[in-house]
Amino acid sequence: MADKKKISIVLFSGDFDKAIAAFTIASGAAAVNYDVNMFFTFWGLNVIKKIKHRNAIGKGLLARTFNFLMGGFKNLPLSRLNFAGLSPKLMTNLMRKRNVATLEELINAAIQLNVNLYACEMSINILGLKKDDFIPEVKEILGVAKFLNLSEGGEILFI
Amino acid sequence: MKTFKLDITKEHCPMTFVKTKLELEKLSKGDILEVVLKEGEPLENVPKTVIEQGNKVLEIKNIQDDIYLVKIEKG
Repeated sequence: MADKKKISIVLFSGDFDKAIAAFTIASGAAAVNYDVNMFFTFWGLNVIKKIKHRNAIGKGLLARTFNFLMGGFKNLPLSRLNFAGLSPKLMTNLMRKRNVATLEELINAAIQLNVNLYACEMSINILGLKKDDFIPEVKEILGVAKFLNLSEGGEILFI
Repeated sequence: MKTFKLDITKEHCPMTFVKTKLELEKLSKGDILEVVLKEGEPLENVPKTVIEQGNKVLEIKNIQDDIYLVKIEKG
């Protein structure tokens, strides 16, 4: 299917609200038959770490400290009014109450709809991580050239 | 040919059409999926997106107030 529409989303941010935006678009697009690629870079990598809580993973003391401070999927801060991590929890409760899909549900939907997940090689290198530190659904670790190649002919969103 | 039911009256975008698509994926060609949904965004988008994906919408009927039943044949 050469005429299949395509969207590629770069998630640079590790903010809770921005991750929700990225996964809402990704799962929605996949549900209406787009080819969807998601590239996780820098703080965005926190969303796809295998260990969901704070954990000192990585190679070297500084990298371990950084990874601990950034945390994982359960520690994503709200970009504004974070209140030391309280707001994302309140927001998730509010979303459940209003029957809006939570970040976890959106990520699962995206995975079930075969959204392609990729991690950025450079940021992984800086943070001393390896492919095994991420959820198994992450297809590949790649660089800019491969990213451009994969997203060619489609829309690109940077979040 | 079997008939299945899916209630998405409590869902919001994008889970309305995400759940419909995931449910349709489980079915075989010719099976019927009856989706119960609300008017507005779901009623506008769900039938449109399932048709785009090669399925057939057999019937759309109002079953109560703002609730509709959309009958889809998997293509």
